[in-house]
Amino acid sequence: MTTTDSSRVGKRRPALRAGARWPGRRSGASVARPGFAWAAPATLFFTLFAVLPLIMVAVLSFAEWDGVDALSFTGVDNWKTLVHDHVMLQSIWLTLLTTVLGVVVQTPLSILLGVWAAGKQRNRAVLSAIYFVPLLLSATAISILWRALLDPNFGVPSQARWLFGDGNLFGHQSTAIGVLIFVGAWQYTPFHTLIYQGATRAIPQVLYQAAAIDGAGRIRQFWSITLPQLRTTMVTSMILMVVGGMTVFDTVLILTQGGPGTDTTTTPYYSYVKGFKDFQFGYASAIALILVVIATIISLVIVKFSGYDKMRSSSEGL
Amino acid sequence: MKRRPNYLAGFGSLVWLVLIGLPLYVMLAATLQSRPDYSSNGPLSWPKHFTLSNYTQDFSNGFGHYFLNTLLVTLAVVAIVLLLIPPLSYAIVRNQGRTTTGVFRLFLLGLAIPSQAVIVPMFYLITKAGLYDNLIGVILPTAAFSLPVCALVLTGVMREINSELYEAMAMDGATPMRTFFQLVVPLSKGGLSTIVVFSALQAWNGFLFPLVLTQSDSSKVITLGLFNFQTEHGIDVPGLLAAVVLSMLPIFIVYLFARRALVQGLMGVGGK
Repeated sequence: MTTTDSSRVGKRRPALRAGARWPGRRSGASVARPGFAWAAPATLFFTLFAVLPLIMVAVLSFAEWDGVDALSFTGVDNWKTLVHDHVMLQSIWLTLLTTVLGVVVQTPLSILLGVWAAGKQRNRAVLSAIYFVPLLLSATAISILWRALLDPNFGVPSQARWLFGDGNLFGHQSTAIGVLIFVGAWQYTPFHTLIYQGATRAIPQVLYQAAAIDGAGRIRQFWSITLPQLRTTMVTSMILMVVGGMTVFDTVLILTQGGPGTDTTTTPYYSYVKGFKDFQFGYASAIALILVVIATIISLVIVKFSGYDKMRSSSEGL
Repeated sequence: MKRRPNYLAGFGSLVWLVLIGLPLYVMLAATLQSRPDYSSNGPLSWPKHFTLSNYTQDFSNGFGHYFLNTLLVTLAVVAIVLLLIPPLSYAIVRNQGRTTTGVFRLFLLGLAIPSQAVIVPMFYLITKAGLYDNLIGVILPTAAFSLPVCALVLTGVMREINSELYEAMAMDGATPMRTFFQLVVPLSKGGLSTIVVFSALQAWNGFLFPLVLTQSDSSKVITLGLFNFQTEHGIDVPGLLAAVVLSMLPIFIVYLFARRALVQGLMGVGGK
């Protein structure tokens, strides 16, 4: 059953041998179909390292564990604490706020850049290659780069006081949130630009030719043809932004550490702090579960909106 | 159709170029000067005395070792993905029974499981399995969390294979195994390179799992090395940024030589 002997173009009949190991559903002369055994290893692996942990989040949210001693079940204690934890409630608000601001900033930017980059001009191709460089950097690297650039003492703000006031962007809630939104946009806009670029190129040219004959100018064409044609892409892109934005963690950890105070403590970061700094792993799980519930609601919206699971061809949707 | 140049778009694109290019320039310039020079000249200046000492110092501070760890994690993750996903996608596309449809839905829902949400149980499981502070303990969850996107991408690609080709294979009496290796794999090469690049990037840039699942210097990956460098010697900006440049260097080289495959991989779920 090795790769070498099954890829060989042998004229022997491997049906019995392989059929015995991979019970496919074969009926008469119809096409031999792969059995569930083909899907089993991946399913098992994924269940063990993604689905099981997800179930365990729910279980752990009713328990107390400090990471060392045995875990003990404490009923709904964590949940009772949680509903009165103002840092937690604030974190949900902050997570939603940064997510919405992220979508509002990144969507128009990436549509404009994507439509621009879809042009076949040589200079656009060259510039696009530079635009996409942030995609190559890890979230860690990007956050570290901006932390250094925006450092109150050695960074750009210290040299441009006329623009940045006291220069301590990390010292006030509004500017700290602004930094998170800005760095998020710097990091993720290139990705969404890429999606819009591909989608724009897929718009049939004939639509533009017809519009040009009717005397529609460039701006009119953008509003009447390009934008409506990008509608499904917008749904996909925005949903990705929402799911990504709700779970931003590295950026917060490296840029603001949730501060000043708890002013930028978003839900994923708060869960990390409660677990891995305060060693209240049960409580951290309860926080994480709230995040999962929100993400699941969004994911159901994804599947409903795009009909991914019903698609039979990749040329549908997107 | 000849059109006049779009000045507004040109201007906007230049603004964006500055926004993207300037930080990258500052990063490179900072790494090429000594720390006192950087502090006194500020981030926007071009180095007067070139030096590579920041890079050599990073290597002597253990970054070479972190580099190897990251490489190991990346290779292992890609291997797991390549072993698991092609058979899975083949079964999803060709089996079409109730179970495999259910499996596909499971992976679709898996797209929405945020890794941030499962770090506590993951820490619990990995500790109980005796894999804490072990690279294997990083590899397994990292691979698991890149499976949904890879499954989605490769299934999309395999659905494009014409069903007449399968019938032709069946006429020859081909088994699923032979069909898989002689028809499905060769015709999904594009999709395979996409999932390789995607999972490699996920592993190379992965931060959260190493952060909560490893501790010692010997099992440190490069992103975690960057983070520790920042928290411990954040004041040494040139050295820190040199480490950032080192961490992205391999990806940048791939970008230069295989831009298409890389861009496809980056787009992952969004792309086609």
